[in-house]
Amino acid sequence: MSPVGAVVRKELRTYFVSPIAYVVAGVFLLLLGLLLFLPILAISNQSLQMLRMQGNLPDVNLNQLVLRPAFANMAVVMLLVVPILTMRLLAEEKKLKTMELLLTSPLTITDIVVGKFIAAFLVFASMLALTALGTVALAAIADLRWAPIATAYLGVLLLGGVFLSVGLVASGLTENQVISVVLSFGLLLVIWLFDWAGQLIGDSPFGKLMSYLSPIGHFDNLVKGLIDSKDLIYFATAIILSLFLTHRVLESQRWR
Amino acid sequence: MIHVEHLTKRYGPKTAIDDVTFSVDKGQVLAFLGPNGAGKTTTMRILTGSLPATSGIARVAGFDCFDQPMEVKRVIGYLPESPPLYTEMTVAEYLVFVARIKGVPAEQIPSALDQVMQRLTLGEVRGRLIANLSRGFKQRVGLAQALVHNPAVLILDEPTTGLDPKQIIEIRELIRELAGSHTIILSTHILPEATAVADRVVIIHEGRIVAEDSQERLSARLRRSEKVGLTLKAPPSDIVEQLSSIPGVLSVHSDDANRFLIEVELGRDLRDDLARFVVERQWGLLELKLVTITLEDVFLRLTQEEPLPGPAAPGSQQDSEATAEEVHR
Repeated sequence: MSPVGAVVRKELRTYFVSPIAYVVAGVFLLLLGLLLFLPILAISNQSLQMLRMQGNLPDVNLNQLVLRPAFANMAVVMLLVVPILTMRLLAEEKKLKTMELLLTSPLTITDIVVGKFIAAFLVFASMLALTALGTVALAAIADLRWAPIATAYLGVLLLGGVFLSVGLVASGLTENQVISVVLSFGLLLVIWLFDWAGQLIGDSPFGKLMSYLSPIGHFDNLVKGLIDSKDLIYFATAIILSLFLTHRVLESQRWR
Repeated sequence: MIHVEHLTKRYGPKTAIDDVTFSVDKGQVLAFLGPNGAGKTTTMRILTGSLPATSGIARVAGFDCFDQPMEVKRVIGYLPESPPLYTEMTVAEYLVFVARIKGVPAEQIPSALDQVMQRLTLGEVRGRLIANLSRGFKQRVGLAQALVHNPAVLILDEPTTGLDPKQIIEIRELIRELAGSHTIILSTHILPEATAVADRVVIIHEGRIVAEDSQERLSARLRRSEKVGLTLKAPPSDIVEQLSSIPGVLSVHSDDANRFLIEVELGRDLRDDLARFVVERQWGLLELKLVTITLEDVFLRLTQEEPLPGPAAPGSQQDSEATAEEVHR
């Protein structure tokens, strides 16, 4: 087995032996279920009202009215939930002094960082797969367009990847899991707010740069069903850069 | 097998180890002896390829610890001071993970596991969570971790800390057993441990090697004469003169009325002569023994700036005339 594979398997095992993965997935799915159910309830109320007042059913676009806001809300829930998945990854290795085992084994730091990222990503992706149940249930009662749903899922996966890799940097910086998770929230909220800051600065190159640095615009495009290589490059760069930063953080700690 | 030359490591302005040079041959056991904070762990971590040194050369099995860390990591097994255990894993799961990251081929992992568990008698705790094990078992799992890929070089940082006396003896026996087929460096601040397991002892203090030799020669170099301790039931009043007349006796000191310390020429064992002398005169021989300088004496001498106040052990007071210069390299 490759060294990365060994790390991935160990991390997956740890996720599912401890209650973390179950609690995180449970909360995530509960919130997403509510965020899908409540808009549907609102729309059905409105439709009934219109039926009573105008005598005909409005032509509702569920993609537009239910799924798009649901995906946007999913991003907010991820902001709260994903750092919980990553807070342990490196902080605990340092706390338990098992980092020393990893660093004195024939593993490169890249093997360690990539292995941990892949494991966390697999857990996140399986959580996400379960949310598809809601979409499938909705498809049973309504006509949905599947292409924008697919791009939205791609967007959620990529956004999750960015959140996970930023969380990994935070986890590498400390051996305290609470500090790690708070740091991730902070970092993620700051890059989230870049979008707003960019809008306030306006149509200058700096304002555009700020907006570009925030994942929100790129994520919105994918949720809308737009696939632009610019957005894909953004996500790939953000993930690779964060993993590289994690590598540098661990490398610098080796010298101390 | 292990070769270290002029190795220096600084943490900022603090020098952890300073111009350390030593080497270990294949199959030898070397003990690093020194007080806490002397630089033992730093030296060992450099040898594992995980900590870069500030300057100097460190080689393990012909591989440079800085330029070829992967090769070095493949041939060493390392037990840090606190065993690196994933407490939420079972012993078997943990050892499988370690075997995988150490690069043991998948098909050999079950046999490697059986071997190391048998060697460290871990069979009964195989399926237990590491968190629930006793300190002694945890330490043994830590050792198993260092051994699971059957490395040529073992680096053990204080392998017996926190163990009960029976377990300490077991671990020492294991280390002796592994010597020969494995090259071993271990660190300790417990002196009898170094004596018990090591072929050679390196005494390190404030980052410098203050002495390096076999345990016997280390103590031999500190003494210029042999000493024999004698306890008598009825010594005559002129005993000092009488004993001094025996050929080979250099001087006689008396600790108290019944106990005497006889200094004899180096290399001459006068115990037989002394015994006959005393028994013929019916002085009531209670005890007769060769006083050897203990590693404790050597250690304290070398690591303390000031001379020792008072006798620490029989013979040590007299020996403190020997200066530290004698063992300085």
